[in-house]
Amino acid sequence: MTTRKTRVAILGTGNIGTDLLIKAMRSATLECTLFVGRNFRSDGMQKASNLGVNISDRGLDGIVQQADNIDIVFDATSAAAHFEHWPVLQALGKTVIDMTPAKIGDLCVPAINAEQIVASRARNINMITCGGQASVPIANAIAAVQDDIDYIEVASSISSRSAGPATRANLDEYIETTEQALIKFSGAGQAKAILILNPARPPIDMQTTIYAKIRNPDLAAIRASVDQMMARIIAYVPGYQLIVPPTIEGGKIMTTVKVLGNGDYLPRYAGNLDIINCAAIGIAEAIARQGKE
Amino acid sequence: MSKQILISDPTLRDGNHAVRHQITKESFAAYCAAADRAGVPIVEVGHGNGLGASSMLVGECLLTDETILRTARENLPRSKMAIHAIPGFCTIQRHLTMAVELGVDVIRVASHCTEADITQRHIDFARKNGKEVYGVLMMSHMASPEMLADEARKMEAYGAEALVIMDSAGAYLPADVSRRIGTLVDALGIPVGFHAHNNLGMGIANSVAAVEAGATIIDGSARGFGAGAGNAQLEVLVAVFKQMGYETGIDLYKMLDAADLAEKQMIQSMPYISSTSIVSGMSGVFSGFIKQVNSIGAEHGVDPRDIFFELGRRNAVAGQESLILEVALGLKAVKALAGAACA
Repeated sequence: MTTRKTRVAILGTGNIGTDLLIKAMRSATLECTLFVGRNFRSDGMQKASNLGVNISDRGLDGIVQQADNIDIVFDATSAAAHFEHWPVLQALGKTVIDMTPAKIGDLCVPAINAEQIVASRARNINMITCGGQASVPIANAIAAVQDDIDYIEVASSISSRSAGPATRANLDEYIETTEQALIKFSGAGQAKAILILNPARPPIDMQTTIYAKIRNPDLAAIRASVDQMMARIIAYVPGYQLIVPPTIEGGKIMTTVKVLGNGDYLPRYAGNLDIINCAAIGIAEAIARQGKE
Repeated sequence: MSKQILISDPTLRDGNHAVRHQITKESFAAYCAAADRAGVPIVEVGHGNGLGASSMLVGECLLTDETILRTARENLPRSKMAIHAIPGFCTIQRHLTMAVELGVDVIRVASHCTEADITQRHIDFARKNGKEVYGVLMMSHMASPEMLADEARKMEAYGAEALVIMDSAGAYLPADVSRRIGTLVDALGIPVGFHAHNNLGMGIANSVAAVEAGATIIDGSARGFGAGAGNAQLEVLVAVFKQMGYETGIDLYKMLDAADLAEKQMIQSMPYISSTSIVSGMSGVFSGFIKQVNSIGAEHGVDPRDIFFELGRRNAVAGQESLILEVALGLKAVKALAGAACA
């Protein structure tokens, strides 16, 4: 292998796709060789064009045509579209990082399982949801010191302006995928995910509250474990903050995190966009590093 | 012919907010039977935040959605059974499918006032299953009449057969209601409804203003049993509409009996406009926050009125109950700093 960067294509030119593009362009190990949508006039497409990125309006066909110039495909469309895209991308032999809640592939939270995902050479990597990226590592940190979590619940509020059309059409998949990831990574008996879109102007910052029902909570151990996890998350999501440390409130554990974005495509309040994209870039870079070894 | 007003009764849904979602199975059965006898056309049941909302965030319900729906269905031989469904809490696969199987008649799909597009799939599902579907815009005071009309038109396009705006914070004065309802009636081809909260003592007056501006669906709860200061008091609405010459199809005496039964059966403390409720209305914060604001305020020694005004400043909406503790701790820290500076 030479020192060539790993070539990525981004399918979907909405909020997620465009923010991913800006992050990919900043990466030392990735380069975006194709940005694909359906409409040259969309905001994202205009932005990409201004940045001098190779663009196509042919959707999935655009990827097929330029497949030789792509190593990793980010699918930033919708869950329903990903079900159609995956068989084609699989046949092309591409590694796919799925930004939708389609959950066909391996669920990935870099702070928890980046090493395993890279080692397994997974071909379809699912980034769960924005609320999942914010909450699942905390749930996992609690589970590391408590094996008696009966129930875990996460409620995320995001600003209305940061939720594009696909996010809005995918609320049910958001809930189901987040709940599945919470159970997988915390061992809780039951999980519930809630998403609130907040219409306030100026827009609110993304916040996620994690509640847990634990039979015999050891608050000091939980706090220490969450602090360790925080350090792992902040390594790839600089705007991730613990604003209410684990607290016992009404007989349950609760803790609130806030995610300030990097302000790449949408302003900083859109931490939801930032965290799932930081996680996706994080795992793509880990794959790129492995390719060089 | 006198004008018809369709009454929808959320006593057994909004009232659940007033008792931390602890309405019992017996109360569901008894009040459903009484409302049905009175000829209440639509009886809405469930957790205060609707189907699938039982949670640590907004409160765990004593009963499962399934138990509530089965109990209500058995006791509503004539009245239609309605549910409140907020996408983000309630999913089609897990919750709406079950409600359809258990015989719901009216599905009221709700979103915050500017978020109508999250209701498209739920409205579509409900229509495809042959259910009556209302679009509901909550916290409607946060949007201008024109913005509300844009959102309402989306719901109409998705298939909503009526459109209800909620004054979730009890923030409206009658002129605010007239303006919004008037704009919606002009903008839509479907009936328009109004759901009041009584924080500023305007529950009945605002409902009357809504009807005079062209609304034909009005929500009201027995004794006003609902979140915060409560809703428009249903038996008063029935009486007032009778005096005004509007037809509700509800038997006044039997409605008064149903309200008496509700008071005895499940209303632990009668809804009234508490000092905190007034501040909740003024600050435009969802009435359902009041129990948590009071208890967290007491626990941390922070004035609940300060918490409400700060929540209002931060544009808190329903579902953001987790903000209450954060705001209280913030105010407490500010107070401690001020105290330290003085010492």
